[in-house]
Parts: sequence; C-alpha cells; structure tokens
Amino acid sequence: MPEIAAPAAEAGGSRRRLRRRRESVAQPGRDGGVWYPRWYWPSFVAPGSVWLALLFLLPFYVVFSVAFGTVDFGNFGQPVPYYAPWWWSFETFNETLSKFYEGTAIYRPPLFRTFVYVFSATAICLVIGYTVAYYAARAATKYKGLILIMLVSPLWISYLMRIYAWQGLLEVDGPINFLMQPLGLGDTNWLAGMHVTVILGLVYGYIPFMILPIYASLDRIQESLLEAGRDLGANGRQTFWRVTLPLSRPAILAGIVIVTLPMFGDYYTNDLLGTTKTSMFGNLISEQRTQTGGSTRMASLVLILGVIVLVPMLYYLRETKRAAEQA
Amino acid sequence: MSAAIERTSSAAAPTGYFRNPWRKPRILQGVTIGYLLWSLLPVVIAVIFSFNAGRSRISWQGFSLRWWTQDPTDSLLRDAAMRSAMAQTYKLAFLTVLVAVPLGTLFAIGIDRWHGRPARTANFTMLLSFVVPEIILGVSLYILFTNLLQGLVPLGTPAQVLGLISFQLSYPVIIVRARLLTIGPEYEEAAMDLGATPSRAIRRVLLPLIAPAILASVALVFADVVDDFVTVAALSAEASSETLAQKIYTASRASPTPEVNAAATMMLITTLLVVAGGLLLYRRFSRGQRDIATTDFMQL
Repeated sequence: MPEIAAPAAEAGGSRRRLRRRRESVAQPGRDGGVWYPRWYWPSFVAPGSVWLALLFLLPFYVVFSVAFGTVDFGNFGQPVPYYAPWWWSFETFNETLSKFYEGTAIYRPPLFRTFVYVFSATAICLVIGYTVAYYAARAATKYKGLILIMLVSPLWISYLMRIYAWQGLLEVDGPINFLMQPLGLGDTNWLAGMHVTVILGLVYGYIPFMILPIYASLDRIQESLLEAGRDLGANGRQTFWRVTLPLSRPAILAGIVIVTLPMFGDYYTNDLLGTTKTSMFGNLISEQRTQTGGSTRMASLVLILGVIVLVPMLYYLRETKRAAEQA
Repeated sequence: MSAAIERTSSAAAPTGYFRNPWRKPRILQGVTIGYLLWSLLPVVIAVIFSFNAGRSRISWQGFSLRWWTQDPTDSLLRDAAMRSAMAQTYKLAFLTVLVAVPLGTLFAIGIDRWHGRPARTANFTMLLSFVVPEIILGVSLYILFTNLLQGLVPLGTPAQVLGLISFQLSYPVIIVRARLLTIGPEYEEAAMDLGATPSRAIRRVLLPLIAPAILASVALVFADVVDDFVTVAALSAEASSETLAQKIYTASRASPTPEVNAAATMMLITTLLVVAGGLLLYRRFSRGQRDIATTDFMQL
C-alpha cells in the first residue's frame, strides 16, 4: 500500500534514479526496455482506487453494519449501526427476512412478481431483440446506418421520459385504447395495475441493451462460415440453428445478464405504469425511505437484492475477463 | 437477387414465398420496422405534445409555446421550480464530468500498464461498480451518508455529486482502456527512445492519442448524468436538489401537464446535442479510424 500512495514530489529524485537504472538494465523487459519506478503506474491507479474504496466498497460495509445493527425507536426509528462485525446481531435482519415467508408474508408477492416479470420481460426482449439484431446485421443494406442510429438512440433518451411517454399513451381515453377499440379492448385501464403493462414497460425500457451486444456479435460472424454451412448441405434454417445461433450464444447470455440486472432493481417503471398490485422488489426498497425504521429495513433489503443478483453479476464479470484475455 | 431469378423460382414452387431461397426477409423486416416505430414513436409523440395548447398530453388542442415560454407560472422557462431543476441537472452533470473523467482516464492508463495483483483487484472493483444495479449503489451511498458520514456529507448536491462520480467512474475507464488496447505501447516507447521522460511521453504522445476516447467519455458521462434518476433521487435532500428527471417522476405520479413533456424534451435535446457533438468531435480527432469511433460509442 505505501508504494501506491507514494507522493508525487518524489518525481524529480527518482527520475535520476530511473536513468541510472536504465543503463544498468541490460535486457529489455516487458515494457520495451524502459524502466519505470515501482510507484509510477500504481500512482495512476491510486486516486480512482481510493475513490472506489471509500465511495463504493465502504458503503457496502456500512450497509452490512446497519442491516445487522438495531433500530432506535425512541429516536424516530433511526438505525443504530454496529460497525464491528463481532457485534453484529441478526435480529432486525431476520425480522425483515421473515416478511418473505412468515405469517402474512407481505414481501413475498413483490418478490414473486419480480421474478415472473423479469423472466417474462427478458424472454420477450430476447425474441424481439434477436430478430431485430439479426435483420440489422444480416439483411439490411442501404438503410443499415439509419437503422443502427435508431437502435442506439433510445440509450440517449432518459428512461423516465420513455416510460412517461407511454403513461400518456396508455390512459383510458388515450391513443392505445383508440387503437384497441376494434379488438373490443377500448375501455381497458392499462395503468390500474396490469401485469402486461409493467412487463411490456420493462421490455420497452431495457430491450436496447439486449439488441446491441447481439447485433455486435452477429455483425462479426464471417459470411464464409455461413457459406461453408450451406456448402456442406445445410439449408437456411439449419445454418441458423447450427452456425449462427451457437456463435452468438455468448452475446445472448451477455444480453440476458445486462437486461436482468437493472430489472431486478427497477421500481420507477412500476411507479409510472402500475400500482401496488404490480409492485416489485425495487418498490419494497424505495418505499422504506419515508417509514420509521426504514433505513435498517432498506439496508437489509439491499443485501437480499445483492444476493439475488450476485450470480448474474459474477457471471458477467467472468465473461468480460475472458473476452479481455482473448483480445 | 435479380427479379428474373425470383420469378422463376416462385414459378417452380407453387407454395411461393417460403420456398424461395432469394425471398426478401419480409418477416424480419416487418418486425424490425415495427420495433423501431414502437421504440421511437411514443417519444416523438411526447415531444410533439410539449407544444400542445391545452392541458392534455394526449389530445391535441393546437400549437403553442405555452408550456415552454408563454405561461407565466407553469412554463419551463418561467416556472422557478423547473428552472432550478434544470440548473441542478446541468450542475451535477458538469461536476461529475469534471472529476470522473480525469480520475477514470488516469485509472485506465495505470491499469493498462501495471499488471500486479493490486491492479487486478482494483480493476475487478471498477468492473463491479459498472455492473452493480444502480439502486444497490444508490441506497448504499444513502446509508453511508446518513450514518457513518452523517454531518460530513449532507444529502443534496454534495452527496449527489459524490454518488454520481462513483457510479460513472467506470465509463471513462472502459472507453479509454479500449482505446489504449488498440494503440499499444509503441508510440510511447518511440518517444522515450527519442529522449522523452515517461511523464513527457504521456503528455505529448499518449494524451493526444487517447483524446478522442476522453472526449467520448465526457459526452457519455454528461449525457448519462442528465438522464440519471436512481442515484440522484436516492441522494437528494429536498426540492432544491431535485433534477429534471426527478421532476418528471414526481409530476407523472400526480397530474402532469405538457410542461413535463417540455422538461423531458429539454433533457432529450441536451443529451442528443452532447452525444452528437461528442461523436462529431471524436471523428474529427480520430480521422481515418471511423470504425473505432462507432464501436466505442456502441459498446456502452
């Protein structure tokens, strides 16, 4: 650690040292014969690392301390964090956890819904997303640039604005019901806590994140591979199932992870398009802010959410690492 | 794909379309066009209705600038609350860029050259901050600032800026790192063979080479902060630290007027301008390397 935080004032002195050392190092090393002082590159990484340690890792530690601490009900339900791990008590945490399975289990429906919503929304994202990415990568010719811009542009539009836009369209006397009239659904109250609305809202919000990695991987597949498949006697469908799809599998998995991670923590989609009948795990967290003892419950819920998303998160990190090593 | 072939093959197979190997991908095309309409039309409609003369955001009552400039209390320009939200939004974006981009650039250069175990740990932590769901980080920071750092970092602008920097730090790192990988160490080595000190080689050779990536990060981080809701909301104190995104959120749960559409359009214009400007400058800086430019922008 002290070498990382070595002060920059040393620079002058060690430059001299550097020259001397450079002459004495006969064999060129990994850095092409140039010798850098030990602290040189670490000092580049230090500021960002310290930042992440203080404002990314430390918060998680405090979350543990608060979740495994107690609540001072005499003081407006302020949390009493226990910072020393050997004092951690699991009483309040267990109380929160028990709301998922004990008695009326008021937290269970949102948890259950979250899984169902995330699963269905991801599936829809995958089907539509793959089709669109496939067309953009393979078939489109003259308009490819335009299609790409249109595929990327939702990323630059605020998520809230996009969901807000739908909120207006879905009102009872809104344009969607006007379009639905021929189907006999002209009076549907889409915003009154309908599962379909929230699921499609999630799809709408996150599908660009699914399309882009799949597009990138499909675009990289060499045409010769597909031609080889055809030459070996496969028809179009077989080539797709046995060449294209396997080659895009990593991108599909990456897309699924990128889409599910934020969905698990989403609460604003439901806040804008649904009611308490469609609330998700994220809503459980966000509604604690104003409640007595909310901070402690919020910390416990964040820990639980962290456990839920841990596996996809680590999977994604492993894959990026692998991709970086291959590159 | 000539018309002649198409005609003969469809004549040979009576079932027509599906038997024809040269058929146009109508279904794929249909799905794609449908998707693009579905994804962009609602936003276009929302923008149009910011110019509605009436109070409704779904039934058109004629064109007016009422919700932008005309209305003395409820127009974006004259509504004090909206003006402060706009100022807050841009302030946060500016401050975040100011810290996150230099910090991230340094981090990327260091991590690219230093291969020790601490470097791997730092890199892993950085990637973790990239994938962790925003609500987890936002709430964790809220709990940090209201407990351990209580009184030290007040909720509102200070907490929001610190939180946004934490959340955005990984973006410049990833973009600059990708650029560094394509450049390689050769130019710097050449400079040092010609007598430059390491720090001079970085300033005079490496920095100009990664300037496009830094620029892209600036655009990206700025646009992302303008659009951010979760972190900003988790760490805001009272009305004075609310941003445009929060205004949209609060208003949409009450009874929104086209003023909200105007606010949302304002955000849209800002991010599109910043991103388009960034992309243009980027291409200018990296002439002859268009592919890299687009992929850099695509990967996020």
